[in-house]
Amino acid sequence: MSKHFFGDTAVLLGRSLRHITRSMDTIVTTAIMPIAMMLMFVYVFGGAINTGSVSYVNYLLPGILLITVASGIAYTAFRLFMDMKGGIFERFQSMPIARSSVLWAHVLTSLVANLISLVVVVLVALLMGFRSGAGVLAWLSVAGILILFTLALTWIAVIPGLTAKSVDGASAFSYPLIFLPFLSSAFVPTDTMPGPLRVFAEHQPVTSIVNALRNLFSQQPVGTDIWIALAWCVGILIVAYVFAMNTYRRKIS
Amino acid sequence: MTTQQAPAIQVQGLEKSYKELRVLRGVDFDVARGSIFALLGSNGAGKTTAVKILSTLLKADAGMARVNGFDVAAQAADVRESISLTGQFAAVDEILSGRENLVLVARLRHLKNPGKIADDLLERFSLTDAGARKVSTYSGGMRRRLDIAMSLIGNPPVVFLDEPTTGLDPQARIEVWQAVRELAGRGTTVLLTTQYLDEAEQLADRIAILHEGRIIVNGTLAELKQLLPPAKVEYVEKQPTLEDVFLALVGADGKNRNAGTNA
Repeated sequence: MSKHFFGDTAVLLGRSLRHITRSMDTIVTTAIMPIAMMLMFVYVFGGAINTGSVSYVNYLLPGILLITVASGIAYTAFRLFMDMKGGIFERFQSMPIARSSVLWAHVLTSLVANLISLVVVVLVALLMGFRSGAGVLAWLSVAGILILFTLALTWIAVIPGLTAKSVDGASAFSYPLIFLPFLSSAFVPTDTMPGPLRVFAEHQPVTSIVNALRNLFSQQPVGTDIWIALAWCVGILIVAYVFAMNTYRRKIS
Repeated sequence: MTTQQAPAIQVQGLEKSYKELRVLRGVDFDVARGSIFALLGSNGAGKTTAVKILSTLLKADAGMARVNGFDVAAQAADVRESISLTGQFAAVDEILSGRENLVLVARLRHLKNPGKIADDLLERFSLTDAGARKVSTYSGGMRRRLDIAMSLIGNPPVVFLDEPTTGLDPQARIEVWQAVRELAGRGTTVLLTTQYLDEAEQLADRIAILHEGRIIVNGTLAELKQLLPPAKVEYVEKQPTLEDVFLALVGADGKNRNAGTNA
């Protein structure tokens, strides 16, 4: 690791943050899709979905937050792809800078952009009647899980960003990730799902993350869900990081 | 830097294949310090591959290459301190302004006073008025000038220009040529690749022709002219004539080069 790693990463982070602040539309579009889904589910389908005593918007928000991240990281892949395609990536690589700074700047930018989108979505949810009595510690836990989840998905996004042949290819990978919450406890309780689907829904990462977030928001005991959720996030993060870094090394050697 | 007398660039027996395709099949050449060396060749001749190996972006399969006295494989970090690369596509950040692009590179080269460096270069490349504008509004020529300006930050002793004028109109081309001459005038070693014969003729102290992965000739323009059949020479001389007509008609002499934008 070069002695300039932190300085170089900071300079490059400043650069990609400018990309975001100068095209706020990417953040707005990132937030609009989950907000539209939230509106539709709460006001159209919500009345017909039985979530017990919990108001539907309270029930739904955790899943919507995960969808926000899943659609937000498509832009991470897009920004990285555009750097690769233009000459600027090669310019950076031919300069005396810490080489992994280029990737880390994109990853941290993704984190900042997604956090902004998440805040926007939560604010809309509050307008729609979302309420939580969660204390500071619970909110911090929610933030921590979401940050881990964003980092995990961002490192996944780095891989198509580095390898894609076209813009469409760079962002298409996020569609299955956006779809995954539908096959979980995010929108409806899993009890009514048929056998195999229910087994899948109850054992895929989104369900445990959603359940953990929901329990934190509603001040219920988080039980084992939070540990399963953290294990998934950290596991995906590590695997994606290793793959992304290998891909990166192959690209720049 | 360290080695004063050795050539700025030394290449011996360089080979590179992409799977079955043998792009470089044993390339040898030297570039003297402070000179302009043109690597001439048609598309796919391997020019870009050679430049990428010299600028540490690609690893060679065989052979040796030294830049500013440093081995590109073993001392890649030192090579990167010694060079700058202007690739085939203008490596500028479209969303940032021209000045921000320059400041960015100055910071990444860990220089003091990045703002002053940026302002000086904007002036030197007649971009001061456009400095605060987003690069996406620049014309092709302005973009290229900014690109080259970014390459000069930190005064690297060796500069690689990979097809610096491809896709530019005649005026912009002349602007780039002026910039390259100025560079060499300040003692920088320039290796440029081009597929335009007249560009090599205009700029280079020495010209090497890369064909099917090998250097088939290497010499000064006068030496090369003796090798070429007369028909070829005639073709080379015809090109500038049409350009002269074009430039005379549109009335550009590189003076009002700051006016154009792509809007």
